Amino acid sequence: MTSLPAVTGKKLGLVTDLDTCVGCHACATSCKEWNTSGYSAPLTDTDPYGVEPSGVWFNRVHSFETTNELGESITVNFPKSCLHCDDAPCVTVCPTGASYKREKDGIVLVNPDTCIGCKLCSWACPYGAREYDTDEGIMKKCTLCVDKIYNPNLPAHSRVPACVTACPTGARSFGDLGDPESGVSKLVASRQGFDLMPEQGCSPVNKYLPPRPRSQAQDQRPVQLSPQVTSSDNAILKWLDKALSR
Amino acid sequence: MHPAPSIIFFSTMTGAGYGLLGLLGVSAPFELLANDPQFGLSAVVVALLLITAGLLSSTFHLGRPERAWRALSQWRSSWLSREGVLALLTYIPAIIFVLEWIILERTGTTQRIAGIATTVLCAATVFTTSMIYASLKPVAAWNNYWVPPVYLCLASMSGMTLYIALLAWFDRYSLWATALTASIIIITALFKLKYWLYIDVAPAASSTESATGLGRFGKARLLQSPHTESNYLMKEMGFVIARRHAVKLRRLALWSGFILPLILILLSVAADHLLRSLGLTLAALLMLSGILTERWLFFAEAKHTVMLYY
Repeated sequence: MTSLPAVTGKKLGLVTDLDTCVGCHACATSCKEWNTSGYSAPLTDTDPYGVEPSGVWFNRVHSFETTNELGESITVNFPKSCLHCDDAPCVTVCPTGASYKREKDGIVLVNPDTCIGCKLCSWACPYGAREYDTDEGIMKKCTLCVDKIYNPNLPAHSRVPACVTACPTGARSFGDLGDPESGVSKLVASRQGFDLMPEQGCSPVNKYLPPRPRSQAQDQRPVQLSPQVTSSDNAILKWLDKALSR
Repeated sequence: MHPAPSIIFFSTMTGAGYGLLGLLGVSAPFELLANDPQFGLSAVVVALLLITAGLLSSTFHLGRPERAWRALSQWRSSWLSREGVLALLTYIPAIIFVLEWIILERTGTTQRIAGIATTVLCAATVFTTSMIYASLKPVAAWNNYWVPPVYLCLASMSGMTLYIALLAWFDRYSLWATALTASIIIITALFKLKYWLYIDVAPAASSTESATGLGRFGKARLLQSPHTESNYLMKEMGFVIARRHAVKLRRLALWSGFILPLILILLSVAADHLLRSLGLTLAALLMLSGILTERWLFFAEAKHTVMLYY
């Protein structure tokens, strides 16, 4: 049954630091690289070298700009992958039971052998974590690198999702967010980590850490240069402007 | 949301089919059924053809149609699964009802019970279809209380119009059925208008600020999308063409789905047999095309929260 487990043993998930992410897309490309030969293989691309390349990606890096009332703005790089929600609507809408949340560690997976490709899970997910593979006719999604994090053939430090391994600034952390004593839980607590769209009621496991406040105090900020006067009533300047504009 | 033709055809045609079948079923206990096996057979064949064609069409939306049977398993949590189960269950009392009424030509308790069961299951199936959409929180235009009544009204409206068109062909035209159809059309139009008014002003539950959690820093806007070309999410959830023409298309849906059929139905009162039959058939066809437009808009106008990231 695609009902959700009442409790999961662990709540494995990611913590993404929006303060240190530099938007290099290494997490996205290494995710693609690992997963195209793993559990969900292949992550099909269509028209990869053509005019309209498109393909299955589990992790994408967006960039946002915020502007406040004072006109101050910040740029935030924003990686987004499946949040492995506690109340995952993509699981309960699944008519076949192909979508499921693991009782053991809370990872949300798709069984590629029973998915009928109805796409309803992608409609139910407010975050856009579901991908449709047009070649195979089934849905695919972030597996939290389930074939990497438990892989006994890898050295212990490599048993983390590919995006975490790849991140050059350490902006992505992996761990059990259900255990308040875990490193990731403490990180979330100390940095006021937050949920994306809590109003959608999905209780996402993955957390985001906000950009730290900028260090410059109000009065130390660079003075904005006043704009150059470009038009003038001065007849000579007008003539000069006209002559030079020809 | 991307308006997939297979799904639009599915819900429009099964809606009309379940509407007609449900009306036939409920007519039995009240002995309103024309005791005419030929009318009965034609009406049931039209209803079952519409239902079956619609259900088959829905499988064209699947990436793996050969696995469609698996969709019957998760009725405990999934509205789509419930819809599939109820759609198939409806055939059982419908077949018994048809056997009793048309083949055996009996009007006993069995026929009545089978008829009522058919009607209940028809209504339940249309309701579950509407709930597939109404249960999706990320789509504000769907996740509201107007969606199920609109689906049920549209199904009974198109079923009723087909019903009186068939009655006319078999020379069993009835004034009360015509009056009932006209009132159902008016009620349905009011519900649909109310739905449109609602989605035009309903505040969105989420914003780019809540989607990114960056509201604390001010107004957030996308600076750079993850890639240069569009992806599955943008194609499936980011349909924008209709919104530009929404007013025109709504007018088209209103005219062909409600106003013109209503005028034809009212005119048919004064017409002779052939003209009335043709007029009512035209009314039914116009109405179905209007509902197809309405259903297309239902998808095309609906915004999904994932587009807050694009």
